[in-house]
This record gives sequence, C-alpha cells and structure tokens, in this order.
Amino acid sequence: MRRRKIEELFFKLLMVLATIIVSGSFFLIVGTIFFKGVPYMNLDMITKTPGGGFYIGKEGGILNAIIGSFYVAGGATVLGLLISIPVAIFINMYMDGKTFLVGTLRMAFDVLFGIPSIVYGAFGFLIMIYFGIRASLLGGIIAVTLLVIPILVRTLDEVIRTVPLELRDATLSLGSTRWEMAKVVLRQIRPGIFTAILLSFGRAIGDVASVLFTAGFSDNIPTSLHEPAATLPLAIFFQLSSPVEEVQGRGYASALILTIIVLIITVLSEILIKKLSKHKL
Amino acid sequence: MTQTPHISVQNLNVHIGNQHILKDISINIPDKKVISIIGPSGCGKTTLLKSFNRLLDNTPDVKITGKVLVDGDNIYDPNIEVTHIRKKMGLLSQRPYPLPMSIYDNVAYGPRIHGIRKKSELDQLVEEQLKATGLWNEVKDRLNASATRLSIGQQQRLCLARGLAVGPEIILGDESTSALDPVSTSIIEDLFISLKEKYTIVLVTHILRQARRVSDYIIFVYMGKIIEFGPTEEVLLNPKQELTQEYVKGYIS
Repeated sequence: MRRRKIEELFFKLLMVLATIIVSGSFFLIVGTIFFKGVPYMNLDMITKTPGGGFYIGKEGGILNAIIGSFYVAGGATVLGLLISIPVAIFINMYMDGKTFLVGTLRMAFDVLFGIPSIVYGAFGFLIMIYFGIRASLLGGIIAVTLLVIPILVRTLDEVIRTVPLELRDATLSLGSTRWEMAKVVLRQIRPGIFTAILLSFGRAIGDVASVLFTAGFSDNIPTSLHEPAATLPLAIFFQLSSPVEEVQGRGYASALILTIIVLIITVLSEILIKKLSKHKL
Repeated sequence: MTQTPHISVQNLNVHIGNQHILKDISINIPDKKVISIIGPSGCGKTTLLKSFNRLLDNTPDVKITGKVLVDGDNIYDPNIEVTHIRKKMGLLSQRPYPLPMSIYDNVAYGPRIHGIRKKSELDQLVEEQLKATGLWNEVKDRLNASATRLSIGQQQRLCLARGLAVGPEIILGDESTSALDPVSTSIIEDLFISLKEKYTIVLVTHILRQARRVSDYIIFVYMGKIIEFGPTEEVLLNPKQELTQEYVKGYIS
C-alpha cells in the first residue's frame, strides 16, 4: 500500500515538473523579449521605414519588414491554399479504393513536412534562377509557398478525415456529383480550413531560412512583386547581430512585434473558428 | 406478389477484399410496400441495402457482379448515370447527418443541385416535405437556424424530408431509428407506414418487433445469403426454414 502511494506521488511530481518546465520556458521567452524590447519600443518602430542612420541607432522603424512579412506570408498562404485544397479534396474524395497510392502520397507529404526550410529556400532559389527572377517579393512568396504547402495539405487532409463518411453518403444519396459532395464537406470543415490558414501563416511569417536568399532585403516597402522585400525574421536577425546596443534593443522590440502579430492572429482565428463551428455534427 | 417488382436483384455477388459478403442474391422487391431486411449483425444486410443505390461502389476493394434492376433498368450498367439512380432513392442512415447549413437549405439542397432555382418553387417544396415528415409546425419559425440545433429525432425527420425533396421512388432505411428515443422512433415508424402509399420502402433493422410493426414483407439474411423471404406474419410466426426459426426465437443473433 505504501509502495503504491509513493509510486503515485513520484510520477505525479514528475508530471508537475515537466509542466512547469514547459510553461516556464514559455514565460521566460516571452518575458525576455518583452523586457529587452519594451524600452526600445515606440510608435516610430511600427509606423516608419528605416531612416538614414537607422542601423547605427538613429531614426526610423521596421514598417518595411512588417509590411514585407505580411505580403510574403499572406501571399504564400493564399497561393498555398489554392494548391492544397484541390490536393486534399482529390486524395480524399476521388481516390476511393486506391489505398496504396493514397498512403504513398500521404507519406510523401509527411516527408515534405519534415524537410528543413533552408532546403525550400535553396529550391526556391533554383526555381528563381531558372525563371530569371531576382531576390524579390515574388521569390520569397514562391519559396514560402513551397514551405507551407505540406503544412496545409496535411492539416486539411486530417480535417477532412474527421468528417463522417455518412455525411458524404448522405450527400451522394441525394444524387450529388463528387464535386457537389466535396463542396458540402468543405462547408463542414470551414473551421478546420481556418486552423490550416493560421498554422500556415504563423509558420510563414516566422521563417527565416526560406526567405534568406529569395526575398532579399530592402529598407523600402515593396511596390511590386519584383522588388526585394524585407521580412521580420531577417530584420530581427540583422539588428541582433549589430554591435550597437540601440540597434540590438530594437531587434528585441522587433521580435516582440512579431510575437504580438502571431498572438493577434491566433486569437482572431480562435474567435472565427468558434463562429464558424455552428454546424458541428 | 403478382405485380411487377420495383427492384429486382439477379445473381448479385459482392466481394470486399477476399471476403464473399453477398452470395448469389436474387430477389424481387414489390412496389409500394415496406420490406424489412433482418438478420444478425455482419450478415450483409447493410451491404445489400447499399447495393441498391450504388453507395457500395465507394467501398475499397469491392467487386460487384450480377444485376440490380430498378424499374427494369440495370443500375450496374456502365452506361447508366449513377446520380440518376441515387436520385430515385432516399437514404436514411443510422444516425442523422444534417448537411452543414440551415434547416431550409437542407431540404432545398437536393432540388437545387437538380436544377430547381426558383425561390417560390423551393419554398413550396420545403414546406411540403417538412409537412410530410411532421416537422413543419416545429420549425416553421426558424427555417434559417442551423439544422444541427434540432433534436436528434427532429434531425432524422429532417434527413427524411431532405431525401423526399428530390422526388425519389424508393426509401432506403439503414437501422434508421437505432439512435433515437422511443417517441421519435415511433414517429419515424408511423411515417414509414404512411409513406408507403407513394414509395417503396426497404428497411434494414435488427429489431424484430419493429419489422413486425412496420413491414409487409421480410427478408431474412444469414451469412450473406437470403434464407427466407415472405409476408411479415408468415416469416415471423411461421417460418419455413430452420435458420429463420432459430433467429426469430433468439437462438442465433
């Protein structure tokens, strides 16, 4: 009896400890960028592009990187969805019975999911060379699209698989075509599509390696797809590697801005998902 | 059973993977009657039902041979349009699966995909079918509410209304009351009895009392074969086959 109680206590303690480590590191990370970044945070940071002496600690902000990141992550997510939704529908609703092929495809997506983003960056770079595109907003969007497609396909695939087969049967029984059935399933998984968008956008806006040599960097806000675009992760990287204390501090402030953006997107999508879930079975 | 059969199954064999699920099924299902398919679980009742509207086609590794004639046309003819076959039959599954849309849109969905666009026509159809399933008075003030807000019994009647709205000739029920409470069950059963004036109704059920309450004929399936087919009273009270007797008495299940 005593032994069982000790065992219970021991493992409970282990779980509590693990939980503390995980939640603790979360607060530590957020706390660090918060305390290091806040002193350098001002309105200029989010409303102005870098001025002449920005990188030695003078006037300006990182509006170029904020806008650039939204362009790249937004563009990549939209482009990624346009490719991923058809893929997810096709493997789930048009390949009945081809179990082996579908399994192979799913494994391929898993492999793609695990490929480091620098490889997508390098691959995107090769595509750019082939088509003669220089480091630009377009190049960045292409590389990040490659990065988010596996995330989108996998998430959508999993969400579609949660829809009961009977719902499909019910639609088909009314004499619907496959595509009409797919549209009903898409309606059913609308909250899931938002989850996929959120995951993809969050990954896209925070990734450095894929934009490193595809998007380039610029102090200006890009006005066309062919101009180089700054991104937040790269802006953070450049500023943190500066020897100037002021610039380093702004690096933390930039990290804070990126974190807040991701936080806002998360909260917004949670609200949207709740709103869209009204037809839950 | 002298009238022409509505569904005529001829030498139907169904294999899934290397399992022989339905073995040489031949049967004539009469028009505008309620027919119950009974039998122990796993005997192939649902497979038989799903072979009627070709939902079986979507099962992985399925092989179907033989013929199923509906109104004299073989539905497994490669030239036949499968959506037309399915339009002829409404399916009511074990649990209600309302489409992710409003009550109104659930009923209007079928007519819409088959080309009815006029609002007045759809309004009329929706009202008609909701009345036919006894839902109209319960939902007429909230037609735009999500269908998933309804109780499960109401949802099942909505699914029936949705199926009827495409103008089928046959209703297929796959243990349609198994998720419902006794009151909802009896409402659905009464609906089946009243609907047979216009439709041929084929039900899969494992509740013998239900089969007795609603059906005119009973098909007893065991291990993929039809053991007995006849008028309800005859099969349940005076079965000719020994297996049927044992099943009806509860020795095998």
